[in-house]
Amino acid sequence: MLTLEKLRIEQGDFCLTADWSVPEGSITAIVGPSGGGKSTLLSVIGGYFSSTSGRILWKATEIGALPPGKRPVSTLFQDNNLFPHLTVAQNVGLALRPDLRLTGAEKVQVEAALAEVGLAGYGARKPGTLSGGQASRAALARVLLQSRPIILLDEPFSALGPALRREMLGLVAEKLGERTVLIVTHDPSDAREIAQRLVMVDAGVASAPVPITEAFERPSPALAGYLGQK
Amino acid sequence: MARGAQPLGRIRALGVGVALAIAGFLGASVWAVAAKAAGRPGYLSAADWSALRFTILQAALSAALSVGLAIPVARALARRRFAGRSALITLLGAPFILPVIVAVLGLIAVFGRSGLLNEFLAIAHLPQVSIYGLTGVVLGHVFLNLPLGIRLFLQGWQAIPSERVRLAVELEGSRWWLLEWPMLRSVLPGALLAVFLICLTSFTVALTLGGGPKATTLELAIYQAVRFDFDLAKAAQLALLQLALGAAFAVIAYRGGAALGMGAGLDRQGISLAPTGHLSALTDSLWIMFAAAFLLVPLAMVVASGLGGLADLPAGIGMAVLRSVAVALAAAALSVALALALALRGGAVAMLAGSLPLATSALVVGTGVFLMLHGLINPTRAALPVTAALNALMGLPFVFRGISSSVEEIEANYGRLAASLGLFGRARLRLLILPRLRRPLGFAAGLAAAMSVGDLGVILLFSGGAQETLPLMMYRLMGAYRMDAAAGVALVLVMVSLSLFWLFDRGGRTNADA
Repeated sequence: MLTLEKLRIEQGDFCLTADWSVPEGSITAIVGPSGGGKSTLLSVIGGYFSSTSGRILWKATEIGALPPGKRPVSTLFQDNNLFPHLTVAQNVGLALRPDLRLTGAEKVQVEAALAEVGLAGYGARKPGTLSGGQASRAALARVLLQSRPIILLDEPFSALGPALRREMLGLVAEKLGERTVLIVTHDPSDAREIAQRLVMVDAGVASAPVPITEAFERPSPALAGYLGQK
Repeated sequence: MARGAQPLGRIRALGVGVALAIAGFLGASVWAVAAKAAGRPGYLSAADWSALRFTILQAALSAALSVGLAIPVARALARRRFAGRSALITLLGAPFILPVIVAVLGLIAVFGRSGLLNEFLAIAHLPQVSIYGLTGVVLGHVFLNLPLGIRLFLQGWQAIPSERVRLAVELEGSRWWLLEWPMLRSVLPGALLAVFLICLTSFTVALTLGGGPKATTLELAIYQAVRFDFDLAKAAQLALLQLALGAAFAVIAYRGGAALGMGAGLDRQGISLAPTGHLSALTDSLWIMFAAAFLLVPLAMVVASGLGGLADLPAGIGMAVLRSVAVALAAAALSVALALALALRGGAVAMLAGSLPLATSALVVGTGVFLMLHGLINPTRAALPVTAALNALMGLPFVFRGISSSVEEIEANYGRLAASLGLFGRARLRLLILPRLRRPLGFAAGLAAAMSVGDLGVILLFSGGAQETLPLMMYRLMGAYRMDAAAGVALVLVMVSLSLFWLFDRGGRTNADA
């Protein structure tokens, strides 16, 4: 279980609180108006930004004081998920060894991860030669190989067209469904397609997760407002 | 970033060491100067005061003229589109990395006693003009700094977003008052200060085009005190005066953010601010033609007479090339290493150490080093290493700014990804920072090499003529009125300078994925 315990984030005038948990092996969508703090919430869980107070627990262990690389968390950002000067295989290989001194067996693992996302044979290419969808797949391969239990997705597919984005969401559900995934999205249909729960971030509160069908059948006033329903 | 605020670990400590070493070296030089100056009784002579006045006067005039001329030229270039425009903009940048003594030779070929201009005036039965004295010094400085001014203002014009131009047009507002004037007001002080500061410490132009009691700068007076009067205490006193002057304006520039960036990428297709009238099209064309002629004709003269002079190259040219290349390579390596160590440290300490040389000058620090070495070893024997070291230091502020802004950009774009992958310390340097820094490192190294290969001040102060580098050889030949031979050497020097710049810059670009 991933628990945000009385978490409070402050940044100038901005303030966001969260006090809830999500079970292991579930996908939770985070929606809300822009500027509401969805990305900030993810940065705090990922360790890129400090909370003012509160704790972050994974399986009853506090992880809020660990540096990003030591947390059981992998993040895919909106952009810059691959180093453009390294090959695809090197980018994926970073998941295993940050100094990239890979053994033969590890190189085989990298190839296997690439094959799993449909990029077999692309290892020697540079990210600049990949399409947007292929680059997303390469980043996903690295997340697969990192085998960290918590996955944070901060609109990583927002630059892709609708069909490609749906394809990538399908791949996430298929390959990462057993991990604990939090995905920020601004598209309610994305949330419905992939997530079991929904967190609404609005007016300084990240509300507790609600099962997805219930969320859309009986939306909270905040969600109804966000969706444009009366 | 809240955690992992030390992504490079112990590598950052190196930057502190480098900052301390720079401060210590500059401090020791200044201390040596101050100690020597304190031992000399008496006040500054009338000649010293006149050197101080001339230094400030010529720098102020040069800054005002360079910037004043740069504005209409940059405006014309920003709003006109014509064939060869980007090639012209690139060429207009050439004087910036041109060895100063070569530029002087080109100017003499155009404005000198038997130059193009005076030949024309003689045919027209008009009075002759002289390039020597205040006119020549200011002319030289405008020639060298006009390109910098054009770059800065061109960037300013190109940075005006087209949306705002559209808005101004729709509102039928004045483009000048709404858009261009605010931009000018923000760029102008930094540009003036930058050129003023450069001219305050310029040595070669004053040496070759100035001189005499009426046109001697402090830097020149320091050199003369060391080399002709053998009065080290007087040199120290003058150096202290130059230091106070330079430091005062460097502090103003540092606080006011003088425009010292190297400014890459000037060929963005900006918006068209162009008015459609025939008159403005005509004045714009005239400004562009003026700048092109003023900056390019002297360069063309160097090439033309240099080709003839190649047959007349003096003995010892080979050794001079070797010495110059060795100095340039050593200076570039040292400058880039220092700048990189500082940039990886980042923060106020690095910024301060990286800007500190701006407050000094090559001749001030040179005098200090001369005093420290004096009595220990023969300064002539140390001439080449000292020239490399001091040029590395003087180029450091330029090199540092380019590299540190790139390091910041890399951290801003890829810092989080690197942190999430646990990429720290040497691995971060090897896999993230160095590969992504290739281009700026190559450019900075090329610039440092090109700047140091043209040094005349430090080498002249220390060698007094021996250990001939290419600029020193040119200076000797020009002094002996062997202009053809000097032009031949100038061409060799330009080729060496451009090749060094090209090799480094090219090396940084090859295989560097954007």
